[in-house]
Parts: sequence; C-alpha cells; structure tokens
Amino acid sequence: MAARDAIAGAQPKLRSDRRRWGEDVIKGVLALCALVSVATTIGIVVALLEPALEFFREVSVREFFTTTRWAPLFEPASFGVLPLLNGTFLVTAIACVLCMPFGLGAAIYLSEYARPRVRKTLKPALEVLAGIPTVVFGFFALTFVTPLFRSAGLDVEIFNALSAGLVMGVMLIPTVASLSEDAMTAVPQSIRDGAYALGSNRLQVSTRIVVPAAISGIVASYVLAISRAVGETMIVLIAAGQLPRMTFDPTLAIQTMTAFIAATGTGDVPRGTVDYHTIFAVGLTLFVITFAMNIVSIRLVRRYREVYE
Amino acid sequence: MSVDSLRLGGRGGRGRVRGVAFQALLLASLGIGFVTLGALLVDVFVKGIPYLDATLLFNPPSASPQEAGARPAILATIYMMGILLVTVLPIGVGTAIYLEEYADKSRWYNRLLDLNIQNLAAVPSIVYGILGLAFLVRGLGLGRVLLAGALILTLLVLPIVIVSSREAIRAVPDSIRQGGYALGATQWQVIWRQVLPAAIPGIATGSILALARAIGETAPLILVGALTYVAFNPTLMGPFTALPIQIFQYISRPQAEFKLIAAAAIIVLLAILLTMNAFAIWLRNRYQRRW
Repeated sequence: MAARDAIAGAQPKLRSDRRRWGEDVIKGVLALCALVSVATTIGIVVALLEPALEFFREVSVREFFTTTRWAPLFEPASFGVLPLLNGTFLVTAIACVLCMPFGLGAAIYLSEYARPRVRKTLKPALEVLAGIPTVVFGFFALTFVTPLFRSAGLDVEIFNALSAGLVMGVMLIPTVASLSEDAMTAVPQSIRDGAYALGSNRLQVSTRIVVPAAISGIVASYVLAISRAVGETMIVLIAAGQLPRMTFDPTLAIQTMTAFIAATGTGDVPRGTVDYHTIFAVGLTLFVITFAMNIVSIRLVRRYREVYE
Repeated sequence: MSVDSLRLGGRGGRGRVRGVAFQALLLASLGIGFVTLGALLVDVFVKGIPYLDATLLFNPPSASPQEAGARPAILATIYMMGILLVTVLPIGVGTAIYLEEYADKSRWYNRLLDLNIQNLAAVPSIVYGILGLAFLVRGLGLGRVLLAGALILTLLVLPIVIVSSREAIRAVPDSIRQGGYALGATQWQVIWRQVLPAAIPGIATGSILALARAIGETAPLILVGALTYVAFNPTLMGPFTALPIQIFQYISRPQAEFKLIAAAAIIVLLAILLTMNAFAIWLRNRYQRRW
C-alpha cells in the first residue's frame, strides 16, 4: 500500500484511501469518555455556583467575608465565614509545620542517600501511610493522640486543632516526599558530579545543589500539601470539633470549612433554605481556594519538567 | 572507589560530624512516618481485636454494643466496589487511550483536558459530595441511594485511573506501534491488539489502587446521605451506608465501647485495603515489563 503511494506521488501517503467508519466511531466513543471529566468540572462549578449565588442574594458578600461570627443555624443567624477560615488555616498551619520539613527530609534521604534497594522498599512502605483512609487517621487523632497529650499534662480540649493538625501533617508526609523526590531525581547527575569534583560533600550537594535545582518541584509539593490540608474533611470532623471561633490556640476545639459542610450536609436540611445554601457558599469558597493552589502546583511541576526532562 | 571514600577536599572532623547529623535528621524525617504508622496499627489492633468476631461481620448496627455489627455496611462497600469496576474502568481507560493515542497535543482543547484532569485529581473529596448532593440526589432525583454513592466515587477516582492508565500506555514503546502499522493494521487494531495488552499490568495496578482509595473514602458519601441507620442488607436503589461511614458513626457515639467496635471495623477495612494493595504490588512485580 505504502509502496504504491510512494510510486504514485512524491509525498508517500501511509494511510489507506478507504475511510474506515469503524475507526471514527471508536475515536468518537473514546472522546466521549474524555468528556466525562470535563462534564464533572462543569458540574462542580454549576452545582456550587447556582445555590451560592442564591445565598449571596440574602447575605451580602461583605458580611460573609468580613464579620467574625458563624452561626447559620441559630437565631439570630449570622454568616461570617472568617471563623471557619480561621479554623481551616490553623489546622493547615499545624499540618504544614510537620509535613514540609519532614517530607522534604524524607525526599532528600530517598533521592540522595538511600541505596537503590533500600529505596525500593522504603518508598512503597511510605506509600502505605498515604493509603490509610482518613477516617482511620481521625480515629487515631481522637482516641490516641489527644489522650496521649492529656496524659502528658498538656491541657487540650477533647476536640482540638493540635491533634487533628499533627495527624494530618504525618498523613501528608508521603505527598510532599514523593513529589519532591520526583523533582530531585529529575536533576541531572552531571550537576551533582560537578559539585563533587569541586570538593563538595554529600550534605553540600544535597542542600546547595539538588534542593535549589529541584525547588520548583518542592514548592509544588508544598502547595499541593496545603491544598490537601485545606480540603481534608474526616480528620477535622472527628478530632477537631464543631465549634467555629476566632482563635489561634491549637489546644481548643474549632471548626473548619470542610467539617461544617460535612456536619450540615448530613442532616435533612430543607432544600431552598438559607441553611441549605450555606453548604454551597462555603463549598464554593473551599473550591476556589484549592483550585487556585492546584493550578499553581501544576504549573510549577511543568516548569521543572520542562527544564530537566 | 566511590566519591565518598575519596572525600575530596574533606574539611576534617567538623564537616563529617555535620554530615552525620544531617543524615540522622533525614532518617528521623522518614522515621516519623513509620513510627506513626506503627503506633496507629498497634493502637487499632489492641482496641479492636476483642470485638473482631462474627457479631461484627454478620450483625446489623445496634444501639447495644454487644449486638452491634457492620454487615450492611460491609455488603454495601462490596457492592460499590463491583459498580466501580464496571463504571470507572471503561471510562478511565477510554480517556487515557484518547489522550495518549488520538489527541493532538498542540490543540488547546486537548491541553485544557489534560489540565482539567490534573486539577480534578486534587479537588477536595467533600466537593464531589456536594456535586453528588446537587445533581444525583436532588437534580436527577435518585435520592440517597447506593447507586448515587457509587457514581460519585466513580467521578472521584476517575482522574487517578486516567493518570495511571496514561502512564502505562505511554510506557509501551513506539516501535511496537510502528511494527503493527507496518503490517497493515489500523490504528484501533494496533491499540487493541498490541498497545493495550502490553499496558494491562500497569492499568490493573493503578485501577486497583484507585479502587482502594474509593473504598476508604468517607466525606463525599456523607453528603449523598450514607450517614443513616441501615439495619437491613443494601440494595442498588435503596438507602445505604458504607464501611468507613459505619466506622465514623461508631466513633461519634458517646459510649466508649462503640469506639472499640469502630476499631474492630477499622481492622476489617484495613484488611480489605491491604489485600488490594498487596495484590496490586504483586501484579506490578509479576507482569510489568521494562522496555
């Protein structure tokens, strides 16, 4: 076929002249599969936006983002989302204090220090940690970590931001470690060899050569970890409490955006009421925050891939 | 002789001490994860083992701790696994084939599709719950049924299946495709008879891991109404609860004994997940080819 075309014209045409409809149908079906994920995104945006707009017709955007009392189910109702943002921020900050340095440390060890065989066993073992359901981590935070703190003399409430944040931080170590390690592995060996040739030791190569070279990937892993922490629901729902308030004291019970959505979404909140719409207004806030961070993270990953791969 | 043993330009004792201290710090970073994992497993087993019995597996939930089990939840989780297999696999693998084999990556819409999937993989699971509440439960009028829960989990893990399937398909070398074309095969014949069979181990591994992720998911199911008292066996279009949800319910009860039952149910859940994970790793090691 190809030979005939090659003889017929200067430009050989490798495809058959006969159009195969079956092939087109298959391509169409596959494209339809791909459209499911597009529909999901559109669905999420529509599902959030419409009731959220309804909500903001009754509650001003200004009240929502500037007042400091969140009590949508009480009389008189009050709709300041800041306490929920405060709670989310507090737990996220605690989680980051843990997962950022230790995730990076684990990544440096795996990428720069561990022998290939050690690495081959350690990496999947670390991934087991990432595979534990969050409801189990929540259980662990509430029934193990908090009692541990109390018996150690730390005066924490039964539900508190500290236990939830710390357990979440450990949960996120594999997230940071695996993405950062990918970025470090992508750094060409020749750069390391150059540094060794100039008399650097392994510590210097790791901290002054590999980490700066992989920085966009490391930052991407940090941003993704923050996004995960902000969106995590079960740990905070179980262990951090249901009390929206403005505080940075980690020993107190708080409420995060996600915990509010889960706690309110369970009950039979009548449709069309302001109470029902709060779920979507808070959900939209959550979605916008995590969306922005995801895009930043994806961009950063692309950057290091473009440089080294 | 390795670079280390040469110790070129070594700065004597101080540099060495710092090097050792740094390495210890790195090991501690890894250790924190493993110590926590160990503490978690020991804690769950110590609390849960006494309650891990036939009552837990075969009884419905109950107000009395002696009789409380998790049968409807375990069954619903198994049903959902079955539904997920037939929904997420074809859609996920289909999307992966489209993106890897057909899509022209210079087109803006194909790049947007790629970005969209990467973003979806990081959308908080509770947001999927809101989607389910708005469209499946209320919009389509399915109600708070098992099918709605399974469908929302499908959308949740779809990006994971797509990403891992794409990697498996991409790993099949182009020479295999070229060989197929040279023998006169059409594009689909090449994909179906050459590329897919070679990619199946990778696809299967990724899909099992995605399924395991779905089975452990709690938050989105809460919003589609799985947090109810279900004492009978689940049906496709009936009210349901799932194993992680049942665990959450038992944790939330005030009596301390129920927390121990929750621990026992956690052992069951972890056993299911670890079996799936082990199977996935075995598959990968046994069948994955390096080209």
